Amino acid sequence: MSTTTVAAPLTNSLTAGKLPKYTSLAVLGASWLVAAAVFLMLQLSGASKDFNLAGTLFFGTVLYCVAIYLLSYFVEGVRKAKDRLVTALVTAAFVVALLPLVSLVVTTLTNGLPAFLTPSFFTQSQRNIVGAGGGALHAVIGTLFITGLAGLISIPIGLLTAIYLTEYGRGRLARGITFFVDVMTGIPSIVAGLFAFALFSLLFNDPGIRFGFGGAIALSVLMIPVVVRSSEEMLKLVPNDLREAAYALGVPKWLTILKVVLPTSLAGIITGVMISISRVIGETAPLLIISGFTASMNYNLFSERMMTLPVFVYTQYANQGADAQAYLDRAWAGALTLILIVMVLNGVARLIAKLFSPKLGR
Amino acid sequence: MSKRIEVTDLNAYYGKFLAVEGVSLTIEPRSVTAFIGPSGCGKSTLLRTLNRMHEVIPGAHVEGEVLIDGNNLYGPGVDPVLVRRQVGMVFQRPNPFPTMSIQDNVLAGVKLNNRRMSKGDADDLTEKSLRGANLWNEVKDRLHGPGSGLSGGQQQRLCIARAIAVEPDVILMDEPCSALDPISTLAIEDLIEEMKANYTIVIVTHNMQQASRVSDRTAFFNIAGTGKPGKLIEYDDTTTIFSNPTVQSTEDYVSGRFG
Repeated sequence: MSTTTVAAPLTNSLTAGKLPKYTSLAVLGASWLVAAAVFLMLQLSGASKDFNLAGTLFFGTVLYCVAIYLLSYFVEGVRKAKDRLVTALVTAAFVVALLPLVSLVVTTLTNGLPAFLTPSFFTQSQRNIVGAGGGALHAVIGTLFITGLAGLISIPIGLLTAIYLTEYGRGRLARGITFFVDVMTGIPSIVAGLFAFALFSLLFNDPGIRFGFGGAIALSVLMIPVVVRSSEEMLKLVPNDLREAAYALGVPKWLTILKVVLPTSLAGIITGVMISISRVIGETAPLLIISGFTASMNYNLFSERMMTLPVFVYTQYANQGADAQAYLDRAWAGALTLILIVMVLNGVARLIAKLFSPKLGR
Repeated sequence: MSKRIEVTDLNAYYGKFLAVEGVSLTIEPRSVTAFIGPSGCGKSTLLRTLNRMHEVIPGAHVEGEVLIDGNNLYGPGVDPVLVRRQVGMVFQRPNPFPTMSIQDNVLAGVKLNNRRMSKGDADDLTEKSLRGANLWNEVKDRLHGPGSGLSGGQQQRLCIARAIAVEPDVILMDEPCSALDPISTLAIEDLIEEMKANYTIVIVTHNMQQASRVSDRTAFFNIAGTGKPGKLIEYDDTTTIFSNPTVQSTEDYVSGRFG
């Protein structure tokens, strides 16, 4: 007896159900619409006064997570459904994390731009200014001077410490340094300011001492541990193979460090240094204590009070005069200037890092 | 410019652990000597004691004597940096400097030592070294490109060019072909054959065919067990080691009965 097999069309056993590409977007839109409809009804029925946009987005997104999971579960199976759910959650987390940043930039821009764009903002100080007008040149100069000096002090010390820890140090001394660097990372900034103030007021026997150099010292206390930690991690990433290759060519250790280890890790070290600068450039408390505030220009780091941008923002906001809006506008403009300085520094650092990073690829 | 190496009663330690015990052998100039043996038997450790790279590892130290043309490497007042300028080394994995171009990699030994060099001299040395490493024709059009853009075999030959650019007397090779394909391996074996005319070459290899192809003399190392020190079992002409060894364990190893 012969069985005749019907030539059934071959089915590929590797296929599985698949939702079309636009499904995610469509479901998201639908979820938001449903949530919007619910809140619209609440508004029309008088239960709530205004249309609740935040609620719409939040509940719409939650609804989307549930809907896409169920839809995908029945069409595509459990693995894909989990994938879609986690993708939705991760994306939502990203957007939530981004919201404060965007909001901050937009608020600072809208509030700060009017005063920022007045020509006197970068050409004048606040000397003899009551009400509108004047500028923040004294604060910009102070911030650049004090942060620059703090960098000049901390970057060499921090980098050399990191080199000691990775290349030379072992045993109790290295462990001790690592421990105290970690402790220093956690110092509250106000303590750094008090330290600098106490140091200099005792040193010069002046209980009311205020000058820019003290601010630079206070910032260095905060900056050194950050530089040490980030540079140390970068130096550790340099493969030992490269050090051995240099030794085997008869290169002494110090030249190996200078010409092989440092150039290889330079991009990372620069990034770390920029992060440390961004960390201290916005410090207010220590500078308020040791550098003080003033309305006048001061180009001398070693005598008299020196204004800085964070302190400028603080004083403009805290001591509003008769024309309060002018002071508030200047405070926002000062904050905007600070953000722009940090952004420019970061851009420059990225450029340098790109120029110096090891050349890969063909 | 090649030199004789005499090793007498050498013990190499990592901290308190004795890794190589009581090795004595003489390596003739203008020859290729292969170190073979199972993993962990101290071949690489012994090789690294020959240019004082052993002590780069924290806690590692050496007892005994290594004479290069009668000069003791471990005598008092010997500068390891000067030793390493005479005894070059090629590592298991190709390790060109990633921040440097191909030409700078070749000249690294000179440039890193802050020696000044006219452009003409530098170009001549580059060409000579790259020709010496059989790499010139492949890279002459991109000397200023990055060294990491080359293939694995080319990178390893670049490392050999870098080692011979400092004009050493001895070249140590620590499994130079273990990360390479057969074609690149062949290129490097041919290169070793040519370089024999000018240098004393010591090569560590896991590949017994390679040892029998390239070397004049072969040293077989073995360990009694984990945690025991590695010892030199037999050292003789390569043909003798592979055809008529005197020690049973050598015969077992080269015939593939263990290891």
